[in-house]
Amino acid sequence: MATFGFSILKDRQIDYDNNDHRLFRFIEEQEPSIRLCIGCGGCTAGCTAAGFTGFNYRKLNYLLMRGETEHLQKGIQQCMLCGKCKLVCPRGVNTRNMIFALKRAFKTPLWEELQKKINV
Amino acid sequence: MMKFYDPFILPFVIGLYFIFAYLGIKFAVMLIRIGKPERKKIAKGIFSVKTLSAVKEVFLEALLHKRIFKVNPMLGYMHMSLAFGWFLLILFGKIGTLSYSRDFFNPIHYAIFFKYFEPRDPAFFYSKTYFLLMDSFLLFILSGLTLAIVKRFRTRIFGMKKTTRLRFFDRMALTSLWLIFPFRLLAESFTSGAFQSGHFLSGTLGSVFAGFLPVENLMYPAWWAYSLALGFFFVSLPFSRYMHIPTEMLLIFLRKWGLDTGTKMSGYAEAQVLSCSRCGICIDNCQLKTAGETQANPVYFIQALRNQQVNPALAMNCLQCGRCEEICPVKIDIRQLRLITRQHLTPDQSDYHYLPVEQPVKADVIFFGGCMTHLTPGIVAAMKKLVAESGEKVWFMDEQESVCCGRPQLLAGEAESAMRLIEHNRQLITGSGAKLLVTSCPICLTVFVREYNLGIEVLHHSQYLLRLTRSQKIRPKPALLKIAYHDPCELGRGNAIYEEPRQLINSSAILVKTKHEKQMSLCCGGSLGNLQLNADQQNLILDETLQSLTAANPDIIATSCPLCKKTFQKSSPVPVLDIAEIAAGTWQHYIQPASQNQEKANIHELAENQLMN
Ligand code: SF4
Ligand code: SF4
Ligand code: SF4
Ligand code: SF4
Repeated sequence: MATFGFSILKDRQIDYDNNDHRLFRFIEEQEPSIRLCIGCGGCTAGCTAAGFTGFNYRKLNYLLMRGETEHLQKGIQQCMLCGKCKLVCPRGVNTRNMIFALKRAFKTPLWEELQKKINV
Repeated sequence: MMKFYDPFILPFVIGLYFIFAYLGIKFAVMLIRIGKPERKKIAKGIFSVKTLSAVKEVFLEALLHKRIFKVNPMLGYMHMSLAFGWFLLILFGKIGTLSYSRDFFNPIHYAIFFKYFEPRDPAFFYSKTYFLLMDSFLLFILSGLTLAIVKRFRTRIFGMKKTTRLRFFDRMALTSLWLIFPFRLLAESFTSGAFQSGHFLSGTLGSVFAGFLPVENLMYPAWWAYSLALGFFFVSLPFSRYMHIPTEMLLIFLRKWGLDTGTKMSGYAEAQVLSCSRCGICIDNCQLKTAGETQANPVYFIQALRNQQVNPALAMNCLQCGRCEEICPVKIDIRQLRLITRQHLTPDQSDYHYLPVEQPVKADVIFFGGCMTHLTPGIVAAMKKLVAESGEKVWFMDEQESVCCGRPQLLAGEAESAMRLIEHNRQLITGSGAKLLVTSCPICLTVFVREYNLGIEVLHHSQYLLRLTRSQKIRPKPALLKIAYHDPCELGRGNAIYEEPRQLINSSAILVKTKHEKQMSLCCGGSLGNLQLNADQQNLILDETLQSLTAANPDIIATSCPLCKKTFQKSSPVPVLDIAEIAAGTWQHYIQPASQNQEKANIHELAENQLMN
């Protein structure tokens, strides 16, 4: 990637080619509906956990799809699994199962590998 | 060594000793794995009347199969003739040999192969009746067997749409079981033919066979075949579904003594798994079939559990509706077994540091709506109206800040996370000094009752509103509406609350009958218990349930669970209302007078016509 040497703002480009999509594919296999998200935010508007904290399901779903795994673990543990998000989602995204599958992913070697990569 | 010996008895004898030894060890291991507290219950129950009532149940269920009879008389007859008929054959066979030989310690195989050892039907004081009975029992079994064979090939006449799939050992056990009694019939008939003995069945057949067959030569191989069939059946039994025969008897005793399935895989849970006869009755009653699911159906789930093949998708694919348990003749705790397999799938380390520090409000009564009620604000509005009318001092605890009750985490196998939320809510509830907790959500109700240990009364709002109506604190507004009531799974099968919502509706409107009521009520499809079904599958369940509810053309569908309400609203052709909204009269906001509907339809028609032209 070309760097132009501007220094006023920190470089905030995201290089999609470099992102690691393995986690996304792992979750997608178990819950294909996560691809259907249109980012409407309905889930987050009514979210029980979001009433207290910055937790945001829509954002996490997007981060996962983009292969940005850094903040997923901390985020997802705040969900209460109450299911409101699923009821309001206009696209039928099985949100709870995405969260559940992601939590299970934390127990896999793939997750450990991703963690190491982030901490480098 | 033995008085009555011939090599052909060996397969039977070996099989029999094998099965006794196997069951002895297996049951002992199970009892050890039951765990100490549960074993104490056994010690307490064993010398009480509970044991007697267990004996009675063993007779009614393991032999007569009364519950299967209720579901389907033909299927019941099939099971009964095999189990009870065989039992009678063994019992009377033993009694007969005792009466004849007067030797209490005659070997078991003497009774089983009595006809071989005493081919001329020896006379003793009631021998005529005795042999008549023995022939009748055999005929009784053979009639059931014929049904079983027909069932394998044509399931529909038994009222079951699906019969279960077979594995290797099941096939072996099934084949040998099917062959046992025809072989016995042949062996007895050939022997009768050769010795001109026998009775209405064996004797008649014997003389017919003797007319065109060399019965003297066929006799001996037939006894070998009979013994081999028995031996094969006994050896394959522990590894086939027929393990349910001995285990179910053990299970009945354990259950009567008050054992609990618990949250771990214990000896008791294992006994339940092994007690499943794979009768398949549950398949048609489980709506996973409606959703097109062919792996997670209760009977296949139990089979997978037995073979240790449960994966997370299988564990999570259950609505926890309880319809299977309602109909299962063995009364297996299928929901709880499924929950056991959900334990420890995730790290169970939810982080709720953000939970607010709240101050409880002093009140007599607390109303807890729960997350789902937040999505159906009409229920809270109706409750507020009714509470204002009644003059009760009620704190709407989670009106602003709502923290989940903990049940969804428990359903997902995250007990530790659940406890954090439960603790948070419990402090608020006890802090308020209330004597009564009311919730409009049956999902919350379950966890309040089972896990919170509050020491105060917990009611569903249908019960509370009925109480207020009875004490004339509120007067539900009369409504000339035909109402079809849907029993939510968690309220009905979960908490056995069927009558209160009905009485409440009846106090102001007209309740119509629906096809699946009370214990047999269908699931709305939205269940929090299932993490696996996709939206299309859920809609299949939803459509089936709506069809059943709207069959009698009601004006509205009433329910008493916010999740059911929200789920139905997606595609119900008529308004869906909570019982509180009916009692409060707020239903009027949702129902348009018929004339207005007509007007709307006219406009639509006009618009369509214009487009067409
Ligand atoms: S299940 Fe989790 S993400 Fe969905 S609404 Fe509840 S707390 Fe929010
Ligand atoms: S409600 Fe559904 S479609 Fe909308 S952002 Fe949430 S997951 Fe995506
Ligand atoms: S779970 Fe019950 S109903 Fe289902 S197959 Fe087993 S015994 Fe029959
Ligand atoms: S609880 Fe309901 S969904 Fe689950 S296996 Fe039983 S009938 Fe099927």
